Amino acid sequence: MTTLPTSTQKKLGLVIDLDTCVGCHACVVSCKGWNTENYGAPLSDQNPYGGDPSGTFLNRVHSYEVQPDEGAAQLIHFPKSCLHCEDAPCVTVCPTGASYKRVEDGIVLVNEQDCIGCGLCAWACPYGAREMDAAEKVMKKCTLCVDRIYNENLPEEDRQPACVRTCPSGARHFGDLGDENSDVSKLVAERGGFDLMPEMGTKPVNQYLPPRPKDTMEEFDILAPYLEPVAQDAGGFLGWLDKALDKLPGTSAGGAN
Amino acid sequence: MPKDQPVLDLSPHVSDEVRKTTCYMCACRCGINVHMKEGKVAYIEGNKDHPVNKGVLCAKGSAGIMQVNAPSRLKAPLKRVGPRGSGEFEEISWEEALTIATDWLAPIRAENPEKLAFFTGRDQSQSFTSFWAQHFGTPNYAAHGGFCSVNMAAAGIYTMGGAFWEFGQPDWDYTKLFMLFGVAEDHDSNPIKMGIGKIKERGAKIIGVNPIRSGYNAVADEWVGITPGTDGLFILALVHELMKAGKIDLEYLAQYTNAPVLVDAETGLLMRDEAGKELVIDRNTGKLTPFDQQGVRPDLSATHRHAGITHKPVFHLMAERYMSEEYAPEAVAERCGISAERIRGIANEIARVAFEESFELDQEWTDFRGETHSKMTGRPVSFHSMRGISAHSNGFQTCRSLHVLQILLGTVEVPGGFRFKPPYPKPATIHPKPHYGVTPGKPLDGPHLGFVHGPDDLALKPDGTAARIDKAFTWENPMSAHGMMHMVISNAHAGDPYKIDTLFMYMANMAWNSSMNTRGVIDMLTDKNEETGEYVIPRIIYSDAYSSEMVAYADLILPDTTYLERHDCISLLDRPICEADAAADAIRWPVIEPDRDVRGFQSVLCELGARLDLPGFINEDGTQKYADYADYITNHIRKPGIGPLAGWRMGENGLQNGRGDANEAQLDAYIENGGFFVEHIPEGANYYKPWNMAYQEWAVGMGIIDKPEPYLFQLYVEPMRKFQRAAEGHGERQPPEHLRERVKTTMDPLPIWYEPFEDSAVDVDEYPVHALTQRPMAMYHSWGSQNAWLRQIHGRNPLYLPTNLMQKHGLKDEDWATVSSVHGEITVPVMEMAALNANTVWTWNAIGKRKGAWALEEDAPEVTKGFLLNHLIHELMPPKGDGLRWANSDPITGQAAWFDLRVKIAKATTPPSESQPAMPPIKSPVGTGPSELKWKTKP
Repeated sequence: MTTLPTSTQKKLGLVIDLDTCVGCHACVVSCKGWNTENYGAPLSDQNPYGGDPSGTFLNRVHSYEVQPDEGAAQLIHFPKSCLHCEDAPCVTVCPTGASYKRVEDGIVLVNEQDCIGCGLCAWACPYGAREMDAAEKVMKKCTLCVDRIYNENLPEEDRQPACVRTCPSGARHFGDLGDENSDVSKLVAERGGFDLMPEMGTKPVNQYLPPRPKDTMEEFDILAPYLEPVAQDAGGFLGWLDKALDKLPGTSAGGAN
Repeated sequence: MPKDQPVLDLSPHVSDEVRKTTCYMCACRCGINVHMKEGKVAYIEGNKDHPVNKGVLCAKGSAGIMQVNAPSRLKAPLKRVGPRGSGEFEEISWEEALTIATDWLAPIRAENPEKLAFFTGRDQSQSFTSFWAQHFGTPNYAAHGGFCSVNMAAAGIYTMGGAFWEFGQPDWDYTKLFMLFGVAEDHDSNPIKMGIGKIKERGAKIIGVNPIRSGYNAVADEWVGITPGTDGLFILALVHELMKAGKIDLEYLAQYTNAPVLVDAETGLLMRDEAGKELVIDRNTGKLTPFDQQGVRPDLSATHRHAGITHKPVFHLMAERYMSEEYAPEAVAERCGISAERIRGIANEIARVAFEESFELDQEWTDFRGETHSKMTGRPVSFHSMRGISAHSNGFQTCRSLHVLQILLGTVEVPGGFRFKPPYPKPATIHPKPHYGVTPGKPLDGPHLGFVHGPDDLALKPDGTAARIDKAFTWENPMSAHGMMHMVISNAHAGDPYKIDTLFMYMANMAWNSSMNTRGVIDMLTDKNEETGEYVIPRIIYSDAYSSEMVAYADLILPDTTYLERHDCISLLDRPICEADAAADAIRWPVIEPDRDVRGFQSVLCELGARLDLPGFINEDGTQKYADYADYITNHIRKPGIGPLAGWRMGENGLQNGRGDANEAQLDAYIENGGFFVEHIPEGANYYKPWNMAYQEWAVGMGIIDKPEPYLFQLYVEPMRKFQRAAEGHGERQPPEHLRERVKTTMDPLPIWYEPFEDSAVDVDEYPVHALTQRPMAMYHSWGSQNAWLRQIHGRNPLYLPTNLMQKHGLKDEDWATVSSVHGEITVPVMEMAALNANTVWTWNAIGKRKGAWALEEDAPEVTKGFLLNHLIHELMPPKGDGLRWANSDPITGQAAWFDLRVKIAKATTPPSESQPAMPPIKSPVGTGPSELKWKTKP
């Protein structure tokens, strides 16, 4: 068993906008690229050119169809990675102390030297956010790019997780969710951000912003407010046109010959 | 607090060096930072300074590292030693390869250059490859536009001097309603995602019109799950409602379009003065006058009576047509699969946003009539569309309809609307016309592709037969501005219009996903003349970087490099990367050197061109002019002062942009600047570009145009009327009888809608279902498919069926269904998708692969469960019994009508072990990949 810190100085995490995520997987691959090259063991791929290819990814996008009671079905793209929970069951279950939550910023990490690859943490995580690397036999998970966000070898503007930096539609935001005045906290407040599966009692730091209501445009049987006809047919229309043209700027007189 | 929280190195070494170049994981051309460690590629991210992607990067771009180390990369030139299609090759030297190519091509050039068909696929160097083909002297050159999106491009250029994507973009900063038609998750990739993010942040609304609610349509506020092929009808119903309500921009129409231009009632041609200027009636004087005079107020309403005949302005003809009940929402609702109430709701919203949320920018500008305007009026409705609406046999007219809708609203080139990107806007009249004059041993008489303005511009031989192998610019498809690559193999095999000797292709997977009728095309490539035993298409040269399916069908392979190992220029002469506020171009440069015996294709053409003594490729003393492509990019002068790249050219007083002489250090300057060049359009010149003299003069200075070319938007496209008039019997050049009626009907100078041809050619009761493909955002068709990371995201492509069809056919997810068209049959795995038009099925494009290709193992899901819809689509329509070959293409541009496809579906009672048809394996010239990857550069 491993203990969690009683509190952390910051609660760094992601805010993911389900209204804007188009499901492009940019975050998935950018994460793979940064993290195979950096923190810990590479993110390996088995059968990369064969049947049933399978590799380690720290971030995946799932797509779900939603059928409302009325109206057309909808498709929601749902990116999922470690939520860096305050009450992270993956940490407390770890028999060696390899899984831990950082006191400084709340990031949940795996110390690969101490990881025995038992997989208990993956079982304990209700979100399925951890993946055992099949080549290295160590547990891999989102590091919130801990090796980017403080990295003095990167320009300051790049000191953010790879997934956030690359997201084309701006659906991913990074910041301190423990600071109610941070941009991310304000965004969560404005948009009604929510915990994923709060009933699990994990108190996730990452927040999701809900999709806006869809297919709400009014439909009009006959008279739409902005479509009141100026005429019923081409003849009437040309009569209207002549008058309308007189009202245009720069026209001194009506005239036809 | 844990007692032993490890101490981390929070500032690890990131890279030794960052090399900035241009992505080529799709056609979007984003800027990338390639992080290098120990000379190896360690990480790829977006370039924050780049005008296209501003730092972001999609999944494909981030997976570039897996492309550069892909096991499918070709290693050396190959000579075929087994039969075509066997994959039996031997590696040869470049000297031998170039000698073979020269020995094949030199006699063709000397005797009859048209015997060479040179077609390039997703080529981003078309201004170079076309220059090569022109100097070779063959009329048979084009790139892939004909099977991609020429309807959108040509309709846009004929109508308003540009179209979407490379031609222009929504005004993301001001638009309040964005309407997206038929975009299959790319074209273009990152900029649309960035734009969607931007407008969502502002709370602006998105309407997605697409039979499939995925990708961008999934985040749209409103989804209109339209019936495929009916977009034009829906758009014209919107036009009907907006015109009827007077919700159109009359001032804009009068000033900047040909709506007020008088149409000669006898000929249907526009009335012009002696200098050829279109005539309007000036509302101030009531007099007939050229449209462009100072102070003229063109009258949309007044008619002109002369010699007992009343001539009406274009706008009258439009009112007469579109206010007809034929286009009322009730009349179109059933065919479009959209209720009349919904159509009206959308028209209402467009009207509300365009006119109630209109705004003004305090920005003075002066138009081409010399009138200065104190403000710019915003109409914050914007549109975007690509292949979804254009890859139909009614696609050109549908794209025209969309452009006309934008223009009626007055939302093109105004704040909040659609904005052109330099070098557009450019009227159709200043583009070249097609050239096809062949002289043995000499260059062609001009550029191959262009814009026709009437029957006289068609590429016809004196006997009336097609001058080009693809029959572009003939009566079958007069305005085929991008050529018709999808017809080349079929026509060459049939010897119609003539036989060729050598087919030379680049980056075009014609033996697989880039052809309609894949099986048939393979048969054509392997068919032999019974008497001689020779192949019917005698010689095939192919260049590709990867072991694609097409490789197996070529006789000589010229292996290309990957995109990080080469020079390229993304040129203003070609497919530009400009933004609405700036002109921009870019380069690729070898951030790594190839570890194989491969060469950039363009460099190979420089050498081959010299070996063939092509005038543009040799010096006066006969020596090779350009050592390689980098040399060409730096030193080629297209016309005085203009070269492939616009930045850092040499002027009299040092470096300058736009015009100037060659600068030996130009590529270094690009590299220093991050791989691109950008020049911003001055404030006040950046809207109303076609009519804004400040923009026109800026564009002249940049070398984009040679003199100011203000023009009117062509709601009425007169060149179409000229073809139509010929079909009515006027003029010397007449269409063949079997095409006369079709030309008359389809070449209407005002947008029309007609049923997709397949709907009339097949029994729609027997084939009731529409079938489409889309491209996923995380995989570029063709060359993305062997990427180890991307194939874990998109390694399978079930056929998606709507819930009602799943139930009707008793299907469950992962069952197999047989899907038949009038042309062919496939048996494939299915999956349910509820957010889908109830009469449409679809799959991801080009995920399915042939066994042996792409260095994939034979149990790869792309091979066992993947499939192509292409087997169901023929390049020709079913025979009508008239003995003629009717292309499955748009009758105006020849664009491949991929999305006209009609199918029927049945549950496969005995599930096959693999998707059918299962083709026999081809022998891989590169073997297969490793069984495990643990990717990390060792520091």
